[in-house]
Amino acid sequence: MLTDAHAPLAGTLVYFSTRSGNTHRFVEKLGLTAHRLPINRNDPVPHIDTPYVLITPTYGGGGTQGAVPGPVIRFLNDEHNRRLIRGVIAAGNTNFGEAYGLAGRIVAQKCQVPLLYRFELLGTDDDVARVRKGVEEFWKRQT
Amino acid sequence: MNTMQRLSRVDAVNWNRLQDDKDLEVWNRLTSNFWLPEKVPLSNDIQSWNTLTQQEKQLTIRVFTGLTLLDTIQGSIGAPTLMEDARTPHEEAVYTNIAFMESVHARSYSSIFSTLCTTRDVDDAFRWSEENPMLQAKSELILERYRADDPLMRKVASVFLESFLFYSGFYLPMYWSSHAKLTNTADLIRLIIRDEAVHGYYIGYKFQQALNEATPERQQAVKDYAYELLLELYDNEVRYTESLYDAVGLTEDVKKFLHYNANKALMNLGFEPLFPSSVTDVDPTIMAALSPSADENHDFFSGSGSSYVIGKAVATEDDDWAF
Repeated sequence: MLTDAHAPLAGTLVYFSTRSGNTHRFVEKLGLTAHRLPINRNDPVPHIDTPYVLITPTYGGGGTQGAVPGPVIRFLNDEHNRRLIRGVIAAGNTNFGEAYGLAGRIVAQKCQVPLLYRFELLGTDDDVARVRKGVEEFWKRQT
Repeated sequence: MNTMQRLSRVDAVNWNRLQDDKDLEVWNRLTSNFWLPEKVPLSNDIQSWNTLTQQEKQLTIRVFTGLTLLDTIQGSIGAPTLMEDARTPHEEAVYTNIAFMESVHARSYSSIFSTLCTTRDVDDAFRWSEENPMLQAKSELILERYRADDPLMRKVASVFLESFLFYSGFYLPMYWSSHAKLTNTADLIRLIIRDEAVHGYYIGYKFQQALNEATPERQQAVKDYAYELLLELYDNEVRYTESLYDAVGLTEDVKKFLHYNANKALMNLGFEPLFPSSVTDVDPTIMAALSPSADENHDFFSGSGSSYVIGKAVATEDDDWAF
């Protein structure tokens, strides 16, 4: 868990990152409080108690099957966790064409929350600045 | 000197005992993405091809010949070389897939040629490729690293080939597609672009694993060396791009595409992007040809959120969603 240098926000971030760590690197650069979902299938599904924005990579390249990482699906299958999601941000790669950031669209549609943003790989400095500012303002609007 | 543990003997590969589950994840992704050029109805582009000027035809054939050379290098030398440095038997197997698919890519360009072009024009282009100094220079810059005894730099060169060097060429079919020309050819190129993304990601991931085990001094040296190689390749790509695209007035936008993809190549290696967003703003119609939804507004934060609608229904076939 990362510590937050700014004033407490009304919500938090929940994210998944595979061993490649791309999404993890992006979240680190945001410098906002964030909870990482466990990679291993055998780890217990975490419970979240505050509203959150989900950041998820897209398993790229194919169709909709397998686009959303398993740990994200398991986390959202928990009704309590699902009720607290307010938005989703997706990582991906435009090389995957139609499927760019597809995990974000799927989660947005299934949970009926907005897809807030998409970025590629580790995200650029511009992506980091936009998401940091956007998430802060998003929570202000929610309160 | 060799920072990686090479596999010194061959054991039967057991996919039910993984040292790194990324190997299986990528194997599954690559095999489910398998395709052959016969699947794309290239002959539907014959009419469109005939609307191109002789100069545009020559440019297109030359671009595809240049791409063929890169795919040939990667299929016959690049991926097999990486196999020698593999850390797991599963990684070796993934490289066999990558090597084969690069050969499929190289073969695809010949399918495009035999469908659309005259033998003479194609022969001319292959002769051009053998004599073009920029094309030969990029090939040599990569091959030098493949031949040298530095497994980390072999992966760096490989990621630069997969994630950067192809893009001066990929630009053109995306451009034609955005003008409703050669759209079936563009569909085939999109399959190649998709494959190269997985290749760059995976080789970059294996690079980062190995780099993490190196001393801080060595890490810094490899990083410096990687940026140096990128800039060397970039200078050559700029010259190559000018020589091809000046005549059709596209050079400046192709350069933006180069910057954009150079950043992604660096990110695949775990390094920070180099080019600022002021020089990566590729023409939106090219981005839309690459990724049809890329031009949709998914920046809810930018204040234009009012125009935002929650995504269209996306059918998901994953059966583990419980709601």
